[in-house]
Amino acid sequence: MDFGLSEEQVLLKDTIRRYLDAECPTTRVRKVMESADGHDPELWRGLTSLGVTGMIVPAKHGGTGLELLDLALAAEELGWAAAPGPFLANALGTVALLAAGDQEASERWLPAVAAGTSIVSFALAEAIGEWDAAHLETRAESNRLTGEKSLVPFASIADAIAVAAVDATGPGLWIVERGAPGLEITALSGNDMTRRVDRIRLTATPATRIASGRAAIDRTRDAGLILLAADAWAGARRCHHMTTEYAKTRVQFGQPIGSFQGIKHQLADLIADLEPALSLWWYAAHAFDRMPEASARPAALAKAHLGDLFDRAARTSIELHGGIGYTWEYDLQLWFRRAMFDRAFLGEASYHRRRAADLAGW
Amino acid sequence: MNLSYSEEYERFRADVRAFLRESWTDQDRAGDPSADEVAASLGSAVRTDGRATEFRKKAIARGYLYRHIPRRYGGSEQPSDPLKATILVEEFKRAAAPFEIMGQGPSMLVPTLLEKGSEEQRVRFVEKTLLGEIRWCQGYSEPGAGSDLASLRTSAVLDGDHWVVNGQKIWTSNAHQADWMFALIRTEPEAPKRDGITYMLIDMRTPGITVRPLREMTGAAHFNEVFFEDVRVPRDSIVGERGRGWYVSKATLKHERALIGNAGIARRSFDGVLLLAQATQVRGRPAIQDPVIRERLAELESRLLAAEYNGYRLLTASAHGNEPALAGMITKLHTSTLAYDIARLAMDISSDHALLAPGERHAPFAGMMVQAYTMYYALALGGGAPNIQRNIIAERGLDLPRDTRAS
Repeated sequence: MDFGLSEEQVLLKDTIRRYLDAECPTTRVRKVMESADGHDPELWRGLTSLGVTGMIVPAKHGGTGLELLDLALAAEELGWAAAPGPFLANALGTVALLAAGDQEASERWLPAVAAGTSIVSFALAEAIGEWDAAHLETRAESNRLTGEKSLVPFASIADAIAVAAVDATGPGLWIVERGAPGLEITALSGNDMTRRVDRIRLTATPATRIASGRAAIDRTRDAGLILLAADAWAGARRCHHMTTEYAKTRVQFGQPIGSFQGIKHQLADLIADLEPALSLWWYAAHAFDRMPEASARPAALAKAHLGDLFDRAARTSIELHGGIGYTWEYDLQLWFRRAMFDRAFLGEASYHRRRAADLAGW
Repeated sequence: MNLSYSEEYERFRADVRAFLRESWTDQDRAGDPSADEVAASLGSAVRTDGRATEFRKKAIARGYLYRHIPRRYGGSEQPSDPLKATILVEEFKRAAAPFEIMGQGPSMLVPTLLEKGSEEQRVRFVEKTLLGEIRWCQGYSEPGAGSDLASLRTSAVLDGDHWVVNGQKIWTSNAHQADWMFALIRTEPEAPKRDGITYMLIDMRTPGITVRPLREMTGAAHFNEVFFEDVRVPRDSIVGERGRGWYVSKATLKHERALIGNAGIARRSFDGVLLLAQATQVRGRPAIQDPVIRERLAELESRLLAAEYNGYRLLTASAHGNEPALAGMITKLHTSTLAYDIARLAMDISSDHALLAPGERHAPFAGMMVQAYTMYYALALGGGAPNIQRNIIAERGLDLPRDTRAS
């Protein structure tokens, strides 16, 4: 038994960290945030060249064939940097294609995803708070989809979207391509402008079926929960790190504020809860890769817990900074907003905790 | 990452099982004394009768117990293997067989002797301590020296071949049962406070020692006050150099925090609370059907799993020779807070019947789950109050500046 990262995984993290340190400072994050579509093609090419887009794509489709744990380590590094763009959207689309296992669709899209030339997103939610294949209204009839999907990540720049819908036989996944007739995309204004969401309306839109049943939808959602948990962990650590460093240099009453126990104890409590939570998403990712039949619950618990912790870390950090932490100019707000996204996207904490209770058979 | 057990480990597990089947029978199990939870958490409720000792010796000879301790001091001296260690814990627990004694002697004194003791001290004390033949208590805290331990005043002066000890210790767990005490005693009154302390081993049968039990808010008495009046301790009973006791004890405190930080206590409480929620009818339905209770259980389980997996992470790191400082330092604060929150849920599940005392048969689970609500303090305060833990995490783990007034 080995509950740790391999040398290759440590190297992978380190490589992405060094690239983002150099190429994605917060000045660049802010520029992309303020852009029209929130996408920076040059940054995307950089991540592609590091193997991020093709990480879980099998070698036969031009990827490196790694696992979700590896992708989650990439998510961790992107979260540390608050890197903007469609990483999560594209990861969801990739998992959807892999989980569906449709040969034609895989051959068509996966090599392009690995090469960074296509972005595939994923559309599940419709009504508020429902991230479950049991609650789909979008209908498929003769390979045409009709319905509305909310909170679709980066739909406006996606080359294809894996859409969860139902037909007479039940739920399934369909691929809708960019520019398809009857596809209307409305950009939504989000709290976290590093990760955009759109609303899409489908009116008899031509689509290709890639999966029947809910398994592929569940699997994609679970992958998303784990990637969000990894992002949240890194974001929380970043907030904690920024605040600890600030406390060492900010002087009041003639001494660094970090020498006051009021500050120390809040930072100690936060790290005492954060540090062990790393293993929660490591485990969830490992279960997703190696124990798929038992992976829904760890994913739900990890996402709920890390989302809450990220929120707490961001809030505590801003309070410990004082007024400067509340300014637009100071970078803490970038992670505060990402915490809002991580908590809400794919469903809030209490929803996933109740799911975890149901899944345990309590 | 690989959480599966390879064939080698499955074979090891089978060997352990076969050994336990032969060496620890139903009849042996029946002799188990009932243990209360605080005593169990401090490790003093384990069996140390002749039969248990005989069994432990066999298990040590097989390489199953005290694997990190050299053979010449009574251990089994096996290469570090976190997975085998985990299998042993699981299988011994399953067979309800005597495992390693976890009290302050084996967990705190033994590592200190191995690190700083003389050869004679190691030979004399280590094996007997591991087998429970010598029981220890820790003489650190004093009425005027709690969080600020280095201000302790119990003193010793040399008189010929003996130290003469005078003063008082407090919060001394199990002093009433202990054979020996390892203590911090001021021997150099003129030196700066941390440099005037000596680490001393004191035979509790020495004339002049009085032990008085201290009743806790749970009603039980695991702690004591210990008074020293002209207690004569042989001159060679000190560990490390005279005046260096503060630094000798640093190693020991680290071991105590790891002991109290173990997630096993939180796991037992959580499993108990889950059963309580399933078995307790509140306002016409089992408490487990209340969505708020379900959500709180799931939240607590996340924290518990984080603590358990963090344990695996620490084991893996130590197997690779790494010391993940921060992840190890936080365990006590994390798990004791978690244990409190689990106990608080037991209070809420028990609803108005939470006001009934432990042992009252009309209370759900005879109030035993609710009892943990007060017992939490034994976990949180043992080995240093939570705010001391926070200072240590902040100053040593996060490198924040020391409080200028506390140096």
